[in-house]
Amino acid sequence: MTAIATAASVRSGERSARSVVEAHLAAIQGREADIHAFNLVLAEQALAHADEIDAQVAAGEDPGPLAGVPIALKDNLGTTGIPTTWSSKILDGWKPPYDATVVERLRAAGAIAVGKTNLDEFAMGSSTENSAFGPTKNPHDTTRVPGGSSGGSAAAVAAGFAPLALGSDTGGSIRQPAAFCGIVGAKPTYGAVSRYGLVAFASSLDQIGPFAADVADAALLLEVISGHDPLDSTSIPEPPLALSDQLSRGVEGLRVGVVQELLGAEGIAPDVVARTKAAVEALEGAGAKIEEVSVPAVIYGLSAYYLIAPAEASSNLARYDGVRYGLRVDAPTTGEMYDRTRTAGFGPEVERRIMLGTYALSAGYYDAFYGKAQKVRTLIIRDFEAAYERCDVLISPTAPTTAFAFGAKADPLAMYLNDVCTIPSNLAGHPAISVPYGAGEDGMPIGVQVMAPALGEAVMFRVAAALEASLS
Amino acid sequence: MSVLPEGWEMVIGLEVHCELHTETKLFCSCPNSFGDEPNANTCPTCLGLPGSLPVLNERAVELAMRLGRALACDVQRSVFARKNYFYPDQPKDYQVSQYDLPTNEHGHLDLPSGLQVGITRAHIEEDTGKLTHVGGGGRIHDASHSLVDYNRSGVPLVEIVSEADMRSSEQAKEYASELRAILLATGVSDAKMEEGSMRVDANVSVNRVGEPWGTRCEIKNLNSLRSLGRAIDHEALRQIDLIEAGEVVRQETRHWDEAEGRTGTLRVKEDADDYRYFPEPDLVPLEPTADDIARIDAALPVLPAARRAALAAAAGADPTDGGVVIAVERGLDELATAAIGAGADAARVLTHVEHNLAVDGAERLSSEHLAALVKMETGGELTATQAKTVLAEMVETGDDPATIAKARGFEALDTGALEGIVDEIIAAHPGEWEQFRTGDDKARGKLTGFFMGKVMQASKGQADGKVATALLRSRAGL
Repeated sequence: MTAIATAASVRSGERSARSVVEAHLAAIQGREADIHAFNLVLAEQALAHADEIDAQVAAGEDPGPLAGVPIALKDNLGTTGIPTTWSSKILDGWKPPYDATVVERLRAAGAIAVGKTNLDEFAMGSSTENSAFGPTKNPHDTTRVPGGSSGGSAAAVAAGFAPLALGSDTGGSIRQPAAFCGIVGAKPTYGAVSRYGLVAFASSLDQIGPFAADVADAALLLEVISGHDPLDSTSIPEPPLALSDQLSRGVEGLRVGVVQELLGAEGIAPDVVARTKAAVEALEGAGAKIEEVSVPAVIYGLSAYYLIAPAEASSNLARYDGVRYGLRVDAPTTGEMYDRTRTAGFGPEVERRIMLGTYALSAGYYDAFYGKAQKVRTLIIRDFEAAYERCDVLISPTAPTTAFAFGAKADPLAMYLNDVCTIPSNLAGHPAISVPYGAGEDGMPIGVQVMAPALGEAVMFRVAAALEASLS
Repeated sequence: MSVLPEGWEMVIGLEVHCELHTETKLFCSCPNSFGDEPNANTCPTCLGLPGSLPVLNERAVELAMRLGRALACDVQRSVFARKNYFYPDQPKDYQVSQYDLPTNEHGHLDLPSGLQVGITRAHIEEDTGKLTHVGGGGRIHDASHSLVDYNRSGVPLVEIVSEADMRSSEQAKEYASELRAILLATGVSDAKMEEGSMRVDANVSVNRVGEPWGTRCEIKNLNSLRSLGRAIDHEALRQIDLIEAGEVVRQETRHWDEAEGRTGTLRVKEDADDYRYFPEPDLVPLEPTADDIARIDAALPVLPAARRAALAAAAGADPTDGGVVIAVERGLDELATAAIGAGADAARVLTHVEHNLAVDGAERLSSEHLAALVKMETGGELTATQAKTVLAEMVETGDDPATIAKARGFEALDTGALEGIVDEIIAAHPGEWEQFRTGDDKARGKLTGFFMGKVMQASKGQADGKVATALLRSRAGL
């Protein structure tokens, strides 16, 4: 059942929130041991919350647009009093004393958190293999990765553990797992959703976004969590996005650009290309005008990203030093304590990125690396602006291949190539969404990416809805 | 008079951190307050908890810009930057500060003695927490462990960097004192060195006259103006001793030990520290408009330098005159100006301000009363000594000078009566008088005292000492 339908039935009293939660807890009970989507299942809290929702309905109060809908939360979102781990050993039992803003908004909307989901440690990765607590499996084929870094959230929705989930996306960490797991995943415009309470990986790139089985549910979830937050200085001073009534408008007359540099990028598998082209044809059939466009600077996206993101991360992760919270490995001096704590607490990919980032910012190298990367970022923004003068939305594959097997991308560089299509919209701060569009030769899901200019979520979801409709 | 040996000079630059007088911290709404229970004033943001974000305190920005304008700086578009380094009093292990685009640049501060010291920049940054080292006498080296209090973490600071324009510890103390006066006048900070809301670090180097500047050392832990002066002089002499012994001054940060009266190495700076500055991605740039700056300028109070100039003009004196400087320092310049405007002799007014009004309540003195008192003095009705006594009572009771003088029976003796007394005493002490008339300066000096004592006795203290002395000398034909 969709989130929209569930909420409607709970609000009307037709179905109890408790029964909804029980059904999902049973689904979790059934397959979670196989999948490992969660770091922590919140069974008791979810049932207690469900009872509160039911009491509100009984009292004639409106519990909100997501009343009784179970939702899985990526374990890098702060939840008061509930262990939040970032799938890292360095946080060792840390319980935030406050909620992330999005968590507060979900509660106000009546959504029920059923668990904290697994991720690549500190959101650094594209497969969820970098978790300190073991990987998550793809529900379509448990020998394969669910994608990352929000692999747990994507798997939770794909496995039916919850109709909705929240993830975070810095270089594709919502969209790529959505594509690998055959569900919808969206990254909003930078600043459209508050980052307060999201542990920072790369501050100028991170955004929180929705996972759902269909476009309409994803749109509703994004509406609920979006809108200005005074606690986040990078939050856009706009009200929540209004998307739901855009979805059925169709694509007649819309101009759709196919990004040549992404469709033709090295490593994009033939079946992915084929499904992307099929999606384009479907849109054309529905009345859209198709054009091949060039966004030349996107070919430098990966390089720019793998300087900017680690640089910001090296600074954001400095605070995990054993002084105030989390893991502390004792030593005679403070300096040694820092060393031992961080060595014991961080996994290899996190250490790799901290070192890369520290180097990129260091004296003598700043201009050549971090400084240069930010300039490339401006070029990417400009090339996108030029493309958006001729197009309303842009299309590309989401990921270069279908979900790969565990251990297949042991070489970090090979792993980084997963993000080639998703990274450009993080760098530009633009919204982007992955819509499931059929399967590959191996039967695994393939996702197609729709991109739009800043605050263009409405037209983006419109096109996504049309794509979804074309499959049925 | 220089404290340095012949042929040497010193170069001094000062870095002053002052805490801004805001209700709350720079990036969160925790109270900006001194002396509370450790860690009482903290929240996710100033503790740097995972997921926390900064939100800029507008009042802090306003005060920083106000200070910039008071120091004649350009107030411009600025960008916050992260200064990355690991230390337990730094909750995020980076400090949010400003780097190559600070709020204020290119200003100056005019010292009362006349020197103009350049201000390189005055930028906004957040303060750190405070460490207490336990065991080992409070110093870090012998401590068994340290405690950290984050109440101060996130308090807004402005760091003011001067050009290396000072050449003596006196000038350095003047700079610190004048800066403090400006901070108080503008309401930007309460600038208490002893509470740490104004922290002065000194950069000192020495060189032989005519040679290039030497290697500089930074001195920290200066908790008073006196320490500032002592430490600078000590450090300059230390460096000169090293150089004269054929050794090299190492670039380092030194800690001033007030009890021992010397500096010691805190840390050696072989290379500049690499803080890996980059623009703070969690904050947007600050873009003051021309209207903002005009509004800040319009609201600036009259600054100490302008007050000195105004008083000097009214008194026909120089702005660097001791009496003018002290009058402004004590907030008595308006009183002095008004008294002068009411016809009182300017020099006498300033003298009283400088020497007789360093008391509580002096600012409540009425300018009419002060003017009347000075007129009584210059008109010969009161001696200087009597005037001083009357003035003290005026401050205490608020009464007018004529009433007080009458009540105390003060009247300066008129010249005729005084002449009579002097002549009587001369006649009564012929031996001493002969010695006074014919003796050398030393003998005469002693005997003047003898005769003055007698005159004062006979006149019951009402004789004007200067006039009586002049009479004695003229009687002696001197």
